[in-house]
Amino acid sequence: MRLTCTVNGKVETVDDVWPGESLLYVLRERMGLPGAKNACEQGECGSCSVHLDGILVCACLVAAGQVEGAEIKTVEGLAGAKDLHPVQQAYLDAGAVQCGFCTPGLIVATVDLLEKNADPSDSEIREALAGNLCRCTGYSKILDAVRLAAVRLEGAGVE
Amino acid sequence: MSNSTLPTKQRDHVEAPVLGGLGESVARPDGTLKVTGDFAYSSDLWADGMLWASTLRSPHPHARIKSINIAPALKINGVSAVLTHDDVPGSKLYGLEIVDQPVLAFDTIRFHGEAIAIVAADHPETAKRAAQAIVVEYEILEPVVDADYAISGRAPIIHDGGNITRHVPIIFGPQNLKADVVVKGEYEVGMQDQAPLGPESGLAIPAEDGGIDIYLSTQWLHVDRGQLATVLGLPPEKVRLTLAGVGGAFGAREDMSMQAHIALLAMRTGKPVKIVYSREESFFGHVHRHPGKLRYEHGVTKEGKLVYVKANIVLDGGAYASSSPAVCANAACFAVGPYEVESATIDAYVAYTNNPPCGAMRGFGAVQTGFAYESQMDKIAETLGMDPIELRLKNAMVRDSLMPTGQPVDSAAPVAEILEKLRAMPLPPLTATTDGFDVIELPGGASNVTHGEGVRRGIGYAVGIKNIGFSEGFDDYSTAKVRLQIINGEPVVEVHTAAAEVGQGLVTLKGQIARTELGVQRVVVHVSDTQVGSAGSTSASRQSYVTGGAVMTACKAVKDEVLLYAMEKLGHLHPHLLHFRANYKLVNGEIRDGEGHLVSSLADLVKDRIFECTREYRHRPTTPIDPIIHHS
Repeated sequence: MRLTCTVNGKVETVDDVWPGESLLYVLRERMGLPGAKNACEQGECGSCSVHLDGILVCACLVAAGQVEGAEIKTVEGLAGAKDLHPVQQAYLDAGAVQCGFCTPGLIVATVDLLEKNADPSDSEIREALAGNLCRCTGYSKILDAVRLAAVRLEGAGVE
Repeated sequence: MSNSTLPTKQRDHVEAPVLGGLGESVARPDGTLKVTGDFAYSSDLWADGMLWASTLRSPHPHARIKSINIAPALKINGVSAVLTHDDVPGSKLYGLEIVDQPVLAFDTIRFHGEAIAIVAADHPETAKRAAQAIVVEYEILEPVVDADYAISGRAPIIHDGGNITRHVPIIFGPQNLKADVVVKGEYEVGMQDQAPLGPESGLAIPAEDGGIDIYLSTQWLHVDRGQLATVLGLPPEKVRLTLAGVGGAFGAREDMSMQAHIALLAMRTGKPVKIVYSREESFFGHVHRHPGKLRYEHGVTKEGKLVYVKANIVLDGGAYASSSPAVCANAACFAVGPYEVESATIDAYVAYTNNPPCGAMRGFGAVQTGFAYESQMDKIAETLGMDPIELRLKNAMVRDSLMPTGQPVDSAAPVAEILEKLRAMPLPPLTATTDGFDVIELPGGASNVTHGEGVRRGIGYAVGIKNIGFSEGFDDYSTAKVRLQIINGEPVVEVHTAAAEVGQGLVTLKGQIARTELGVQRVVVHVSDTQVGSAGSTSASRQSYVTGGAVMTACKAVKDEVLLYAMEKLGHLHPHLLHFRANYKLVNGEIRDGEGHLVSSLADLVKDRIFECTREYRHRPTTPIDPIIHHS
């Protein structure tokens, strides 16, 4: 089938999509966007998190046919031409990146959280990121990164 | 915001405190790519005309293969190749320490999930369906699922040579001592899995010279290459491996999983072949942490001093050996924990069963015993009515203590210091017993698996001991190639090793070492591949030490050559200096004499010459375990 959707602000059309393919497969293998990661492909780990019409979803659980005409934002769409997104920079500065396989999903989920809640408590951060697994860090630096990003985004907002 | 706002610490003795050297909190060189989604993991690779591979695995833990019919799979549109053990050109078996695991099963199935056939097709779904279309006729056999039973002498034999993969006895000090108090315990630990987030994956590309290029996730490129060369029937130099991005490892990538399969399919089809395991297949495709039964007896004085420790340890190694022999040795060597004891009697076994194969997982045999001996220490403290930390402090190993193997602990052993620090730390709140606690704070609370019912919190203390590096006489070395040249008028250092970066940050450290050793700002850390000598495994917490040592040694060799060259070229300008080489120094990209005067910039001296050195680094040699240590 032919599939048309908007990805990171750009209209994309791909042909020969097998209807059983996931949005994750389409992004990674047909659109050359491997940022959403294939860690569990069963909605458990959050590594493939993307925004679908503004809603945070696991791309592995969305069938390709469901995104016809939809607007998708992936980790590749976060950074500006020159600077990283403040959440991306905070993950680097806090040392929250090790193997990095969970990182794109966590960053997309953190952006989602901070858009809804500019000053989350630790409990709110833990709840918001409960769907994202990391096997390297033990999470404490990830929490540091979210707190750092929240402070910086708030500071930027005041200006 | 840059990293420079974070606190940094300079080491006093660093001669040339060049930016980004040792002691500084340096940004990961791969960090930006990892946060933007552009870092290429082994599952992100793509090649023109690439095929996808899939594996058929056994649904039975123990069976005889009566027949394999691949015809139904070959009939499926889009399928390029279906291979079985008949198609393996070289050795049909591989293994890290004991060569016992079939590349593709023949005759006998020994665990649920064992690979039987592989398929290459134009779409991963086609490959998966074709694998499922293969018809295998099995004669189902009773599986051996209990390690105690496996080594009892009554169980069916799983491999020729018997079901005891290894027995490590350690007899230390006087035996059969009496003690005031005797505490016994039997402990059981279950199987665990590393579950790195990046699934097993790789891309194999057949080369024009009849060899193969493979881009993959692994922990040790050269040990994969050695096994692949044997399986493929190729000379090792025709098997070229390059490390792709690795999504965690934790021991799961020490053994081969998909490597031989994609290589065989690529060589058969003449096309690039990619495989990416699903999460379910990943659990089948790599080794796990050994489950085990540990039976302990501690003899202690009334005052809480350990008199003897007896341990009988039986680990379940599963169907194939993997690194079981070394895991068993670790379990035996660390069976007492970081404590002094006069007498120890240890028997550690690892058994073949029809359970999934077990091998490396962080801790590597020292975790299983840690759970048992620390449970024993708590039990002893309770029996004596003693504070559990006091008991541990009373027996804590110090520098120059002897391990039960007779090895003196001749470096820092701050067991008591760690325990004291731990005791001084504030205790976490016992939220579950307090009204109005936040369920998010509970284990699993954020995932809604508990609202607090049944959750009780306590405070426990535990301390453990583990080796760094490979042991028992293994020649555990790493190799580094370091090159210095001038590019666009600026000195540039290139560092090339075969060490696997799996997220731990070695890629950062290699650059820091080179900057500090050579005083050069611009360092390029090459992708790890087999075009340079072995770095050994990214295991046993060894890469900072051993590959770090190789990079340091190669940098020092480059520095020596540069300074020797400086003396030859410029020494006549400084006739008052008697020992030019000893006096010349490389500081911040400049050659300076012993009094600190500028002799030449590195760029002016080196010009278009290339200084390149390859060096190996070894930690001090180890020896095989002496099973009987009579220590008086």
